[in-house]
Amino acid sequence: MAAPHQRALRDVVFVDGARTPFGKAGKGMYAETRADDMIVAVIRELLRRHPELPPERIDEVAVAAATQIGDQGLTIGRIAGILAGLPKSVPGYAIDRMCAGGMTAVTTVAGSIAFGAYDLAIAGGVEHMGRHPMGEGADPNPRFLADKLVSLDALSMGVTAENLHDRFPQLTRERADRYALRSQEKVAKAYAEGKIQPDLVPVATRSAEQGWGLAVRDEPPRPGTSLADLAGLRTPFRPHGRVTPGNAAGLNDGATACILAAADVAEELGLPVKMRLVGYGFAGVDPAVMGVGPIPATERAFRSTGLSISDIGLFELNEAFAVQVLAFLDHYGIDDDDPRVNPYGGAIALGHPLASSGVRLMTQLARQFAEHPEVRYGLTAMCVGLGQGGAVIWENPHYSEEN
Amino acid sequence: MSAPDFADEVVTRALVRYLEVPGVQGEFALITLDNGHDHTRPSTFGPAGLASLNAALDEIEAHAPKVSAVGVTGKPFIFAVGADISGVSLITQREQALQIARTGHATFARLRDLDVPSFAFVNGAVMGGGLELALHCDYRTLSSSAAAIAFPECFLGLVPGWGGTQLLPNLIGAAAAIRVIIENPLNQNKMLKPKQACELGIFDALLDSADFLAESLRWAAEVMAGRASVQRPGVDRGPAWDEAVAAGRAAVEARLHGAAPAPVRALELIEQAKSVDFATGTAAEDEALADLIMSDQLRAGLYSFDLVNKRAKRPAGAPDKALARRVTKVGIVGAGLMASQLALLFARRLEVPVVLTDVDQARLDKGVGYVHHELDQQLAKGRLSPDQNNRLKALVSGSLTKDAFADADFVIEAVFEELSVKKAVFAELEEYLSAEAVLATNTSSLSITEIAADLKHPERVVGFHFFNPVAVLPLLEIVRGERTDEATLATAFATARTLKKSAVLVKDAPAFVVNRLLTRFLGEVTAAVDEGTPIEVADRALNPLGLPMSPFVLLALVGPAVALHVAETMHKAFPDRYCVSDNLRRLVAAGKPGIYSWDGGSQHIDPEVAALFEHGDRPSTEDEVRLRALSALAEEIGLMLDGGVVAEAADIDLCMLLGAGWGFHLGGITPYLDREGVSEKVIGRRFSAPGVASVPA
Repeated sequence: MAAPHQRALRDVVFVDGARTPFGKAGKGMYAETRADDMIVAVIRELLRRHPELPPERIDEVAVAAATQIGDQGLTIGRIAGILAGLPKSVPGYAIDRMCAGGMTAVTTVAGSIAFGAYDLAIAGGVEHMGRHPMGEGADPNPRFLADKLVSLDALSMGVTAENLHDRFPQLTRERADRYALRSQEKVAKAYAEGKIQPDLVPVATRSAEQGWGLAVRDEPPRPGTSLADLAGLRTPFRPHGRVTPGNAAGLNDGATACILAAADVAEELGLPVKMRLVGYGFAGVDPAVMGVGPIPATERAFRSTGLSISDIGLFELNEAFAVQVLAFLDHYGIDDDDPRVNPYGGAIALGHPLASSGVRLMTQLARQFAEHPEVRYGLTAMCVGLGQGGAVIWENPHYSEEN
Repeated sequence: MSAPDFADEVVTRALVRYLEVPGVQGEFALITLDNGHDHTRPSTFGPAGLASLNAALDEIEAHAPKVSAVGVTGKPFIFAVGADISGVSLITQREQALQIARTGHATFARLRDLDVPSFAFVNGAVMGGGLELALHCDYRTLSSSAAAIAFPECFLGLVPGWGGTQLLPNLIGAAAAIRVIIENPLNQNKMLKPKQACELGIFDALLDSADFLAESLRWAAEVMAGRASVQRPGVDRGPAWDEAVAAGRAAVEARLHGAAPAPVRALELIEQAKSVDFATGTAAEDEALADLIMSDQLRAGLYSFDLVNKRAKRPAGAPDKALARRVTKVGIVGAGLMASQLALLFARRLEVPVVLTDVDQARLDKGVGYVHHELDQQLAKGRLSPDQNNRLKALVSGSLTKDAFADADFVIEAVFEELSVKKAVFAELEEYLSAEAVLATNTSSLSITEIAADLKHPERVVGFHFFNPVAVLPLLEIVRGERTDEATLATAFATARTLKKSAVLVKDAPAFVVNRLLTRFLGEVTAAVDEGTPIEVADRALNPLGLPMSPFVLLALVGPAVALHVAETMHKAFPDRYCVSDNLRRLVAAGKPGIYSWDGGSQHIDPEVAALFEHGDRPSTEDEVRLRALSALAEEIGLMLDGGVVAEAADIDLCMLLGAGWGFHLGGITPYLDREGVSEKVIGRRFSAPGVASVPA
């Protein structure tokens, strides 16, 4: 047996991911469905899909939620494991980096796997924004304002998006609306081609007035939206502003989870490998323009991996706001309608249940990797409320140079 | 004539949604049964509930495009628990009862007759009509956490007559169906566990509660696609069917002697189900339901159910709960078998330290040893975890001196049944106890007032009378002495509740309720024997009541010596009504455990006892013995009510149901005495008005 200090770093692989259909917060399909039941549904689906994975081999259940109270509280990762019927010996914890919670759950357990502490882990996120609006129960320190640490603007995500339009005047409302329209169109096309459905876990939805329902598709998409429709929308964050409900993600309910494993353990158990983790980075920015966060985060990931933007063949960027994706694309000189970016559409159409979105990006990237063996590397990236960004770089196991 | 509307019906609505289900072409109509309350008020079917289900099926049938399948499920934790029995008292004519039976059949049959697959997704408690609804569907899934799965009809005095007696035996065979429809209800209304219900073949798939409905729909899609195999038990339609019915008949007859019609009717229907078509079978069910709904036995059964489930939980005359003191430590005087049983019960339920005292270390060791042994048995059966076992064992200790009671809040004595002994024990205890500590006595016949008379704090003494076996019988007679105060009484009731016993408040009167009545009743039967009635004749005389055991089997259970002691006490109190049998004295003197011997497996009169007994020359017939015993009961109950021993006749009935195990079909006892005309004949009045526990006139 090797002495403890002779530690070998292990490769971390993404085995599989799944998610609930995303719902509209408030009066949407999950209005009477508990958040913990949603994450439990996803964890159970992953185990059902992988009978070759002995549940007692899972070393961690890391579940993110931005608002950790009520049915998202009580150490959500631990209670989700218990409620999902995992052996009591499997530990779990809760994690929070606001919108990038799920992404952080992935990178955190990946770090533990690489370090050798874990063999296998489940990472995911859940956000029921209907039951728990962003910032519910928060008590911001008055010094934020008194010491001018953060402007009031930073607490409203829509306002930070307007600020981003100010910073980059070339990012017009029209560009944002066009981008949003394409997101809707790409989602509709992906649905029609059956590319979204395989990732979805049907969830029974309770309604005392209507009876039980079954969530089998995302509720937020608005297929058939036109540019004219989008142009007619109000700008709730600023009179005559640019950010509308049409070119931003909505308020949503949803849960996601994935299985991560050390490469050798995946091989031992016969688990599939959909992606290999290359590296990741997180970075902070001025909270008032939180949407630029993915740029320094991606740079940080490039720095540690030695890769550059030209190595990336597929992008899964979270669309909290169209302007924030456009800022990223402009920064790297990528066209607004580059086919490598969000091929199945994004959060503007599908929805953005905060802490769960990061894993959705990964699950979709994994499918695209299978479709694109010519692509070697892909990037999942997102902006984070209160001024952060996160970026994770993945390698395609289907890649071969011949392509 | 149509069935009456149930004025206070909590209506179970049948809510319809048309679902997209992956793998299913077209829409899946899902009906949710929901009465708008949480799980503490389960969904039931009254006339309006059935109408809602009918309307839902109308809507589904009219839906365009045509649906691909129909499913039924319930609100969280509850599928449906059957007919709304609260409305039965409104049914005054047989034609109305028949109408309700037919409406249920007609509604449920629509699910069976659909030309698309039907599914019941049984997500929780499912009883009676709820289970029948599920049986009308083509396929059934069951949640692993479903709490109650049963046909409790025979327990109450009905049959599962909305298709249950026809569908179940044809699904799982006659023997298994008889177990579910008859044996379990008559066995303290035993329910099935989800795994058992699936093993019997009542359900096709057992699915985890975590994602039950979503997985049920996935399973349904697999079934519709022909990918899921549905295994049904093979039903033996040969002689096995008839043998099962015959065995069921013999068991029911041995137990009830025809006293309760429901199980007999259920067996007839199951017998028919072997050969008749569904329409004929359900028509027979209609008639059976109509007959039974109009039977006094059912009305008495519902009255009993109400007593046990409602009155027992809110005892008449109990003081405000807020007056109860906390009980953090219990003392038990004595370490004999009764004391040891009490120690076990208090430790398990109250989970506080329990100290036994006795003057003899060997007896103490034996008492504590008994509790530890019982706990180990529970551990071995998996009913306790090792940690719980450690905890409970550590709670029970023994002491030779009563100073160990110093910080006890509740001390109960189970010493010899002798007034002077009990008085001396309590007087000694007062030296050590705080002024508020409750002194409870498990006396079965002595006066609480007299036991307390010479104490410094007589207000803290209360009667706390258990029934043997302590762990099994749910009744506790709480006896208020003349000076017992409210706080003491409230503490006694609160403690009873924590012990999971049903308490009835009783005035300090000789032998309280159950023993007073059983002793009177047994005295009359014994007197008949003394006068010359053959033992078998006298003992058989009460068979038409369907009691849990005959009088002389009861005598053996109580023990002749104890029975004699109580009879003597009662004779002293009421010499004109309670006599002491010389034959009983002879039995005790001979040290016989009873009149019967069970050598060789069958019950027969012990020849030595037969030789011992002396008989007079005035034999009675069975009918005469029965009438005599019942008249004596009516007289005694009349006197008890006049004397305020309990608040109402209902409390007498509750005591007999829970402390003597007398049948629901008797309503305890007073509805039966009313029904048979005995009460009017003996005391000139009924115990309750027609309609309370009988069919309204």
